[in-house]
Amino acid sequence: MNTVDLLFYFFSTLALGGGILMVLSRHPVSAALFMIVSLVSVAALFVLLEAFFLAILQVLVYAGAVMVLFLFIIMLLDVGPEGGKVSRIKMISGLAGCLSFGILSVLLIQFVQIDVSHSANWPTLQTDKAVSGNFLLFSNSVKNFGFGLFTKYMLPLQVAGFLLLAAMIGVIVLSKKSLSVDKEN
Amino acid sequence: MAKTVVLERKPLSLSERTYLPQIATGLKTTFSNMFKEKVTLQYPEEKPAIPKNYRGIPTLVKDPNGREKCVSCQLCEFVCPPKAIRITPGSVPEGETDRAHVEKAPQEFEINMLRCIYCGYCQEVCPEEAIFLQDEYSSSGYSREEMINNKEKLYELGGTLPDAHYKWDKKKNEEDLGNDH
Amino acid sequence: MFDPDFIFMIGLKVFFAFLMIGAVMTMAGYSVLAERKVSAWMQGRVGPNRTVLPLVGYIPFFGRFLKGLGIFQPLADGLKFLFKEEIIPGHVNKFYYNLAPIVALVPALTTMTVLPFGEFFNSDGESVPLMLANLEVGILFILAVSSLGVYGIVLAGWSSNSKYPFLGGIRSSAQMISYELAMGLSLLPIFLWVSQPGSGLLGLSLVDIVQSQSNSAWLFLVQPLSALIFLIALFAETNRLPFDMPESETDLVGGFHTEYGGFKFGIFFVAEYAHIVVGSAIFTLIFLGGWHFLPWIADPWPANWIGTIIGIAWFLAKTLFLIFFFIWIRWTLPRFRYDQVMNLGWTKLLPLALLNLLFYVLLVTWLDQSSL
Repeated sequence: MNTVDLLFYFFSTLALGGGILMVLSRHPVSAALFMIVSLVSVAALFVLLEAFFLAILQVLVYAGAVMVLFLFIIMLLDVGPEGGKVSRIKMISGLAGCLSFGILSVLLIQFVQIDVSHSANWPTLQTDKAVSGNFLLFSNSVKNFGFGLFTKYMLPLQVAGFLLLAAMIGVIVLSKKSLSVDKEN
Repeated sequence: MAKTVVLERKPLSLSERTYLPQIATGLKTTFSNMFKEKVTLQYPEEKPAIPKNYRGIPTLVKDPNGREKCVSCQLCEFVCPPKAIRITPGSVPEGETDRAHVEKAPQEFEINMLRCIYCGYCQEVCPEEAIFLQDEYSSSGYSREEMINNKEKLYELGGTLPDAHYKWDKKKNEEDLGNDH
Repeated sequence: MFDPDFIFMIGLKVFFAFLMIGAVMTMAGYSVLAERKVSAWMQGRVGPNRTVLPLVGYIPFFGRFLKGLGIFQPLADGLKFLFKEEIIPGHVNKFYYNLAPIVALVPALTTMTVLPFGEFFNSDGESVPLMLANLEVGILFILAVSSLGVYGIVLAGWSSNSKYPFLGGIRSSAQMISYELAMGLSLLPIFLWVSQPGSGLLGLSLVDIVQSQSNSAWLFLVQPLSALIFLIALFAETNRLPFDMPESETDLVGGFHTEYGGFKFGIFFVAEYAHIVVGSAIFTLIFLGGWHFLPWIADPWPANWIGTIIGIAWFLAKTLFLIFFFIWIRWTLPRFRYDQVMNLGWTKLLPLALLNLLFYVLLVTWLDQSSL
């Protein structure tokens, strides 16, 4: 076990622990902060894979912008700690959570058992290299990210952008509507 | 009747709306201010000039011949609004012959500086011009007792002021001439 | 697992990191003094001029000069913060209350790991940048880490459990989100400009941005609008007047750190000035040519260790001028109202930054096409 392994275990424990504590903590602000811990640890894992660009984007977008908004909303609405009463909806969502966790673990075990003998089926960097051709080898440099985004992944990028735009317009329309109703009243 | 004229404010030009020329002007002003002469006084070493009519700490003064002017009439004690002055009257010491017609002198004279409001009534009312609010303004102490100025302290603070009348010298002169009344 | 070379390398890095922290913290401490002195001069006062170390005051002329300049004031201030009683008000959320100053200081100090501050010429005559970690995407790293700085303020405001700090925290988070956008967008044209085809430079690397300005125009002259937008956003991100919404001592008492005292307040204070130091350094690197002499003029100093030292000094001089500029602006302009800040950020700076980006995209494309 070398230092990188040690760091990997440290940060993955932090990421998983942060995630679990986020779900378990009663106070929304603590939950949000545990989520930040989890996100930053995942960024650290990216750094261990030498994917600096991805790590930085993770911190910049998720920890730096999205979570600030979350925290902002939590504080503005002044959401207090939740009570200990277990509601029906919570029971259902808990059941759904357990079910999906079970399905995922079964899938994972199946996957590992099937593929452990012939590792060629594991998704590797090889496939990406083949697709993008000899001209631009797959690597973690920023240039290749941009190249990939605007060539091979152009359609998913546009679709994602379009979806986000639709969501944004939807939010604006919804909030406008409630305002005009208020005015009529 | 005054006529009210409503002035239309001129619309701002583009350069004014960016604020940038105005900010540059402001920066110029503050920068030129950096090299102007400073107005700060280095207080304990340099002291400000006190104007003549300044009302500082009330003090007792002696006349140029070194004689105590206060005759312990207690007018200041009566007039003092916060009752800061307390006088214990006593007689003029035996053998002081140059204070003719003076029957009394303060045995003790106390001004409580925690009560004094620097109104100057004592100075105004004093018939003998013995109490003055002078230019001393900083007074401090570690206890309440220290803040009560006794007679010694008051004379020490007051010192001697020039006198225009020399009332007692005149009286003694008259007495010597036999015009005693 | 732990061979001596590895430990030596780690030790060296730790040593350099401490050196850098020492340098930035010293600069932060002295910018506090500079703030007090410059504000005093601008207002016709003299500023702190009493603190002196024992014996130094007896040096004939020099000692009195140092005393008058207040050189020893930061030491006294630091000691005062250290020895003050730590008071934790009863109504705060203790854990987050104690966490907040740390969260505020860490990002401010982390950003400097990727700050180059000079160049060194190795035996082959190649230029090696002087920095703790030469990250390919340094500028993004700085943006990412400094965006974490808002958590310190937000947590401080929220955990104080008191209305003025809370308002300060809320204002700060809204302001940070708004101006981060304009800041990022104002930097995109720079990336485009620097990584022109054939130059072999990468626009996202701070070192490459600086090298692109050697012996040619400074980027501040090439893209004045980008520089202006970046500067305004920098003022907002460092919470300096005219954008000091989180503090605004006249309407929010002291803003997010109202409930803090002693050393914890000191940490907030130092973090704020560390942000200014790092922000000035970044502006110098991107727009003012870093350690290079003057636009269009090759560095007049020789390419050896003397050149290295002069280069670092020149870089520091530019950074110090920018710190002075920060202070100068603070004592010149009044504070914006909160809605004006938001208005300026979203309806003025953001569209302007977008237009700026569009213009340079078209310009760069045209230049590319015409050069082909």
